[in-house]
Amino acid sequence: MEREMERSVRPEEMEKPLVPKKSRFREICQLLGRNRLAFFGLIIFFLFFFSAFTGRVLTYGTKPVFNPGQVRLQEKLRPPLSLPNLETLRAEEVPMLGRYLFGTDELGRDVFARMMQGAWVSLTVGFVAVGIALIIGIALGGIAGYFGQNLVRMDQILASLGLLLGVGLMAAGRPVSGGALILGGGAYITVTLRWGRRWRKGDKTGWARVFFAGTLSIDTLIMRFVDIMLCFPSFFLILTVVALLPASIYNIMIVIGLTSWEGTTRFVRAEFLSLREQDFVTAARALGVGSGRIIFRHMIPNAVGPVLVSATIGIATAILTEAGLSFLGFGVPPPHATWGNILSDGKSYIFDAPWLTFIPGCAILLVVLSFNLFGEGLRDVLNPKLRKRS
Amino acid sequence: MVSFIGRSVIQKIITLFFVSVISFLVIHLAPGKPSQVDPLNPKFTPEVVERFRKQFHLDEPLHVQYALYYRDLFTGKTASWKDNQPVLRKIGERFKNSLWLFIVGTILTWTLSFPVGIRSAIHRGGLYDRSTTFLSYLLISIPGFFFAYLLIIVVVNTFHVPVIGMETFGLGDPPWYRWLMDRLWHLLLPSVLGATGGVAILSRYVRGQMLEVEGQDYVRTARAKGVSEEQVHYKHALRNALLPFVTMFGLILPGLIGGSVIIESIFAWPGMGRMAYEAILARDYPVILTVNFISAVLVLIGTFISDVLYMVVDPRIRL
Repeated sequence: MEREMERSVRPEEMEKPLVPKKSRFREICQLLGRNRLAFFGLIIFFLFFFSAFTGRVLTYGTKPVFNPGQVRLQEKLRPPLSLPNLETLRAEEVPMLGRYLFGTDELGRDVFARMMQGAWVSLTVGFVAVGIALIIGIALGGIAGYFGQNLVRMDQILASLGLLLGVGLMAAGRPVSGGALILGGGAYITVTLRWGRRWRKGDKTGWARVFFAGTLSIDTLIMRFVDIMLCFPSFFLILTVVALLPASIYNIMIVIGLTSWEGTTRFVRAEFLSLREQDFVTAARALGVGSGRIIFRHMIPNAVGPVLVSATIGIATAILTEAGLSFLGFGVPPPHATWGNILSDGKSYIFDAPWLTFIPGCAILLVVLSFNLFGEGLRDVLNPKLRKRS
Repeated sequence: MVSFIGRSVIQKIITLFFVSVISFLVIHLAPGKPSQVDPLNPKFTPEVVERFRKQFHLDEPLHVQYALYYRDLFTGKTASWKDNQPVLRKIGERFKNSLWLFIVGTILTWTLSFPVGIRSAIHRGGLYDRSTTFLSYLLISIPGFFFAYLLIIVVVNTFHVPVIGMETFGLGDPPWYRWLMDRLWHLLLPSVLGATGGVAILSRYVRGQMLEVEGQDYVRTARAKGVSEEQVHYKHALRNALLPFVTMFGLILPGLIGGSVIIESIFAWPGMGRMAYEAILARDYPVILTVNFISAVLVLIGTFISDVLYMVVDPRIRL
């Protein structure tokens, strides 16, 4: 209302040639609509979401609508769309839709129900793993990019080494000395971070100077850590850890997340390094805005586009990795279906029952393809060089 | 130059040290003990387990185990827990088999992706460009194991040749040409599979690089001078677009070890990846750690080579 009032008060505004107002979101939608491959990706993306959620709802619980675990040995290896032999089945064994939409596997389980159950696994693994990777990546990359020039002092390094040693001792079964080290190290770090500034000012001589000397910059520390992590062959590392840990879907998510944050870190760091030199950040700092507010309100919204793109492609990679792991027999314990283990179970019947290979394979392919296409499309759309002023 | 090399070697050695510590900790702090791999096996009496623990220093504290393990590794005495064979010799045997795959796969990748990428850059937006773009997305997205089975079905049904394993079982001692053909058929599928992802990614990269160079001012100048299209593309643009790829020669080294676990286990190819996989299943820590260590060394050597090459090729870069 107020706006309209203002408008009506100042009629010269009306005379100006008005650019048709488009919100950022509308503009992005339009650009996506023009990019046919990305649009195709988006549609499959939504279909996948929908089927994963319905799959979760319909195959969950003690009396699920689609029972993925129902064994019918007399009905094994039926081709897709075949009708069940109603005379040999009990009432609860009859498939929900009256026919085997995707056929049955070597134990006579309904492949359609199993695919529905597996969709949820792929979805959650993709999103949770990428979520973990994003949190670590943005945090480390942001710190390296924004506070990178600060030096880490010798005493801080010693205190954190003490902290790590304490954790190690705790794990090795010596809680008293470990706990003492953790408490001491933690207390020292908090104290120096909060009140260190005033206390540090006095002149120091001899050993004290060595003790408080700045050693490495935070940036060096974090980026060398990234280099170290990049030295591990990632699939092999994931395989090792997953094989050593008890089989569970959560372990897979966490492990994939913990081994795929390096790219995001580098990315966010580069983005922050260039953003913090820009005028609007300087202006904010001149106004006396605190670091936290600058980072969260001014810098992250500007860095979010490229991160979103890499996250979308990261989801595709995570889904592929999970499928590869369950193909090798790791991860979700057997009665639960994932797309990878449906394919892995079906590979022995590849010439007799090819649908057991093709259906999960094509599903993985489609979903991963849609994420990749959508991610690439998003990159084009968010790239301001390609956006036309209309 | 010398100071750069010295600095980076020192840096890489420090990195390697941390990699060795982290991989050791990851494996040893994970729940479960190697001496309990097979608790149901009646041969594993408590005395045997005790002797096993003694023999492989498992009763020592962690840092002593770490020192002992790396002392053994550098003196070449590390033995596999499974069969007491020296790890380095085992890896050496498997390495030869993986090398076949690696060489053929690398040749395929580098010979295919350049022509494809250059052609789609020159005919930007055309049918060829659009179809190769879609195809490369398809190849990036297809799960390796699924693609492997597709190819197995096609090749076995149309050519009726054996594809699993490294050579046909029970072939005996054939004349050399039959041995070669047999080996080639077995090599074909795994190396094509190993190359697909590489071709898709590298050809996209070549295309992007070409497009970027073609937009430069000196290319326009060359056109304006009246240089023929052919010369513009291949003499002015391509030569400069190739610059970043020189450095990628260093980065293909790590591919020697990683990335082939699934393919090697599908095709029963007795290579490094499969050995690592078997070692993981058997909790054969010395083998896992050694493979990890070697691959970290390869990554570091690869990045070092690519840094040096970059400096040699591009005089503007001073590291």
